[in-house]
Amino acid sequence: MSTISASEKVDGFTRKSVRKAQRQRKSQGSSQYRTQSAPVELSPLPQLKDTPSAEQQELFMQKLNQCCVLFDFLDSVTDLKSKEIKRATLNELVEYVSTYRGVLVESAYPDITNMICTNIFRALPPSDNPDFDPEEDEPTLEVSWPHMQLVYEFLLRFLENPDFQPSIAKRHIDQKFVLQLLELFDSEDPRERDFLKTILHRIYGKFLGLRAFIRKQINNIFLQFIYETEHFNGVAELLEILGSIINGFALPLKAEHKQFLMKVLIPLHTAKSLALFHAQLAYCVVQFLEKDPTLTEPVIRGLLKVWPKTCSQKEVMFLGEIEEILDVVEPTQFKKVQEPLFKQISKCVANAHFQVAERALYFWNNDYILSLIEENIDKILPIMFGSLYRISKEHWNPTIVALVYNVLKTLMEMNCTLFDELTSSYKAERQREKKKEQERDELWKKLDQFKLGNAPLVQNNSHSIPNDTNDTSAV
Amino acid sequence: SSQQHQEAVHHCASSRCGEDSHGKLYKNDTETQLYSLKMYSIIHIFYNTIYDEDEVLLALAEQLGNFTMLVGGPEYVHCLLPPLESLATVEETVVRDKAVESLRKISQEHSPVDLEVHFEPLVKRLASGDWFTSRTSACGLFSVCYPRVSSTVKAEIRQHFRTLCSDDTPMVRRAAASKLGEFAKVLEPEYVKSDIISLFTALASDEQDSVRLLAVEACVSIATLLPQEDLETLVMPTLRQAAEDKSWRVRYMVADKFSELQKAVGSEITKNDLVPAFQNLLKDCEAEVRAAAANKVKEFCENLPEDNREQIIMTHILPCVKELVSDTNQHVKSALASVIMGLSTILGKDNTIEHLLPLFLAQLKDECPEVRLNIISNLDCVNEVIGIRQLSQSLLPAIVELAEDAKWRVRLAIIEYMPLLAGQLGVEFFDEKLNTLCMAWLIDHVYAIREAATCNLMKLVEKFGAEWAQNTIVPKVLGMANDPNYLHRMTTLFCINALSEACGQEITTKQMLPVVLKMSNDQVANVRFNVAKSLQKIGPVLDSNALQTEVKPVLEKLATDSDMDVKYFAQEAISGMFDFLLSTKLLNFNSLNFIFLLFFLCSFGPSITIPNQRLQDGICHGTLSNQTLKVIACLSQLHTFTSSAASSFVLCGKNTK
Repeated sequence: MSTISASEKVDGFTRKSVRKAQRQRKSQGSSQYRTQSAPVELSPLPQLKDTPSAEQQELFMQKLNQCCVLFDFLDSVTDLKSKEIKRATLNELVEYVSTYRGVLVESAYPDITNMICTNIFRALPPSDNPDFDPEEDEPTLEVSWPHMQLVYEFLLRFLENPDFQPSIAKRHIDQKFVLQLLELFDSEDPRERDFLKTILHRIYGKFLGLRAFIRKQINNIFLQFIYETEHFNGVAELLEILGSIINGFALPLKAEHKQFLMKVLIPLHTAKSLALFHAQLAYCVVQFLEKDPTLTEPVIRGLLKVWPKTCSQKEVMFLGEIEEILDVVEPTQFKKVQEPLFKQISKCVANAHFQVAERALYFWNNDYILSLIEENIDKILPIMFGSLYRISKEHWNPTIVALVYNVLKTLMEMNCTLFDELTSSYKAERQREKKKEQERDELWKKLDQFKLGNAPLVQNNSHSIPNDTNDTSAV
Repeated sequence: SSQQHQEAVHHCASSRCGEDSHGKLYKNDTETQLYSLKMYSIIHIFYNTIYDEDEVLLALAEQLGNFTMLVGGPEYVHCLLPPLESLATVEETVVRDKAVESLRKISQEHSPVDLEVHFEPLVKRLASGDWFTSRTSACGLFSVCYPRVSSTVKAEIRQHFRTLCSDDTPMVRRAAASKLGEFAKVLEPEYVKSDIISLFTALASDEQDSVRLLAVEACVSIATLLPQEDLETLVMPTLRQAAEDKSWRVRYMVADKFSELQKAVGSEITKNDLVPAFQNLLKDCEAEVRAAAANKVKEFCENLPEDNREQIIMTHILPCVKELVSDTNQHVKSALASVIMGLSTILGKDNTIEHLLPLFLAQLKDECPEVRLNIISNLDCVNEVIGIRQLSQSLLPAIVELAEDAKWRVRLAIIEYMPLLAGQLGVEFFDEKLNTLCMAWLIDHVYAIREAATCNLMKLVEKFGAEWAQNTIVPKVLGMANDPNYLHRMTTLFCINALSEACGQEITTKQMLPVVLKMSNDQVANVRFNVAKSLQKIGPVLDSNALQTEVKPVLEKLATDSDMDVKYFAQEAISGMFDFLLSTKLLNFNSLNFIFLLFFLCSFGPSITIPNQRLQDGICHGTLSNQTLKVIACLSQLHTFTSSAASSFVLCGKNTK
């Protein structure tokens, strides 16, 4: 039994940090390790470099084979000797494929891929911590990393070897291989995901036949993440790869790619864990817009549709992304979206959360955005004026008020007459708004009455006037 | 008229320009028609603004399923299909699922002809849609239309389903796999063998584990559809493979569905195949799988064929269970602890004492509180077989430790088992060992615990009787009335609320009431208004004499308290008291007062309510007194009357006049 601290006894709720401290001990085991029938003892083989080159190939195969034996790393005391032998062998193999030339003969490919598959492909274990919060919690690390790292290293060197022949390798590094590789991106261990990222990138570069397949599978992973599981650890890494893939897209963009942008990348913004991959996501979106500026309008409208309603942190991220987009926007495209966009910005500026308001007001520090606003001041100023004027008087945060004054000043300088007009009509405008609101209220009240009066009618599907509903003596 | 109507429908649905057709038909014809038409236009508006908020779409998808009557009944139900079809292609899963649910619902309202003319084409369109969303939605619609269409259409539907089972999007294959069992059920037996089995085998060996695990679910339905002799060749190879799948998720699913699978495959296969498979799952390398299997231990054993049930359990299952008792993972242990006691009824007295008891005792000493709690919460199973006494030695330390656990939820859980334990352990054992615990909970730091402790006392008194209460509990509870901590003083009041009924009039009037009345002078307002609440609560237990002479003056005093809340609750109590007094019919009616009352009620309008039936009777029979009316005035100030009662007042008033 754990001892009970005084604070714990008083409030009964342990603080999150305390709970977490208790949790963060265990590394995770790989699901791959299933009790093998008999423990295998490895015996050291001679060093490759000490072997005559004629026998090297044979020994290389033997070593690959030896590395197919898996060990239980959860139990840190068993098989110590064999584990060490495997580690040393893997190290040697890494060195062998990266420094020696002519080692990648055709007959070696099956054994090489077999060794890699046996070691890295595994069903990822269940997460230790079901409410894992990647932003706060320490990830559980892969226990067999001492070996696995070397296998990943080996795979990478194998792919990067100048003698590497995709035409031979494609028989082994096929769709199934890629699929399993993609599944591993869900690993909680960031070291593993980092390796996977580089490796997948190399595969994408070298195997032209797999490109469409890889993109499609990433698509599926994302869609599953957005609409089904809401959980996938490797979103940021995959987006990073996609960023450079998008960069390489030929023009004009294929419909498939546009669909990816609108149906996958934009909805990705709705994810709860957006903060973890927003930078990469925004990069991808901007890449698309730089390729094809006509996508600006659908993208901005898409973002406005999924604009966060209650999460201020996300709103700040969205504003950041909008600024990145505006940085590359063409003036003609800007005109198409300025109205809905600035309606949103005017709401953000008036946001009670000062970080949101501040982030939106920073747009006025951006010279390019300023020039766009100035060009369209007659459209934008009327949209922005009400919010700015109001918060200049009402916002609780003095920094925001100061910023708003500057913005108002800038806007006034852009079009003085319009500004004066808006100022003088402001009061009337407010009153009109108030009246409208009142009318709306009344309308709702009327509708409510209508609903009550007609309730029995809907049930009977008839239009007769409802009976006297005030008959209440039965209460 | 019906034809006109239909034309209007078609016009509305095809042209999509509402205005025109409304204009024409508005003046036209019967009200029903007019009404249906309005509904069309409303649906129509929604249909055109389908790219709206997901929340709106969700509500829309749900409501459209109930619209059949509103669009003019089953003959017109098909006009709901276009909007639902759009909704079934939306990306947001909840919207889509709801649309499919509604489509399934209204499919039943289609005539067989309409089903083929309108519904089935929709299913086909969805099944061959470009984007995965429509194809996933289609999966859920096959089974509802299949039984009611012609055989050519049936063949098409089967073909569509087959295609979707090998769709290249995993989401679609998953949807298909999840509907496989359901679809198999509506298929003719020959097609189950020829079509479903191959689909099942394919899905069960899909490259994605999320698809494979859904095939396990389908396995249950499929196995029940096949004759016993076919199971071995058609289903078992796949099931065996699933039980040893490399992905823990699939194995977990097998463990989770084990009882269903067991029932579906029958006793022979269970003996030969499932017993070893279950042993493996209990020894699985992933804790999640072991926990899921551990949860099924009791059910699995119960459903074993009776002839050699005991032998199978003793030789195959129990050794695994023994290992699980000392598992490294607490979820596994607590899953086991929640069912292990159930084994005792299956194995009988001797086996329980010899084999299970040591396990129970070990789990009672487990380091994880949940494990101990699960054992304690299931004590009744063992009690029936061997009696609880066998356990009492180990039980006590376990209970004491749980009672003082740092987590209040654990403490709460153990409190809830106290009445049960007390019943089984008997009054002496309780007084000796557990009574102090029960009293200690009354001064816990957490309100929920104090509340549960009060409730616990009530249940104990119900069990052990008023006399026991008077000797053991009441003095301690009343003693707390002088505690310097006002929370403890309030606990006294809460206890009195809970205990008065169980203790009866005498104890309540003689012992509890004086304490409550004395507390009305407490310096903390929270205590004072709880006094008012308590007085109201214990009122019905007291005799009318005590009410009139002792309670009433105190409440009246509290009703003039400087604290707003005290005042409020005192008035509440007075009105409650009034309610009680009314039933004694001591009161007498005066028409002048009644007019005054009416005036009063009118001035408060419809926000006034009920004293309830008795008050109404009182008015009608003219039994209200001056004082009562004052109370009613009080009540109406509190705005707790409903308009209904107010109007009944008026009615009564008319009668009396």
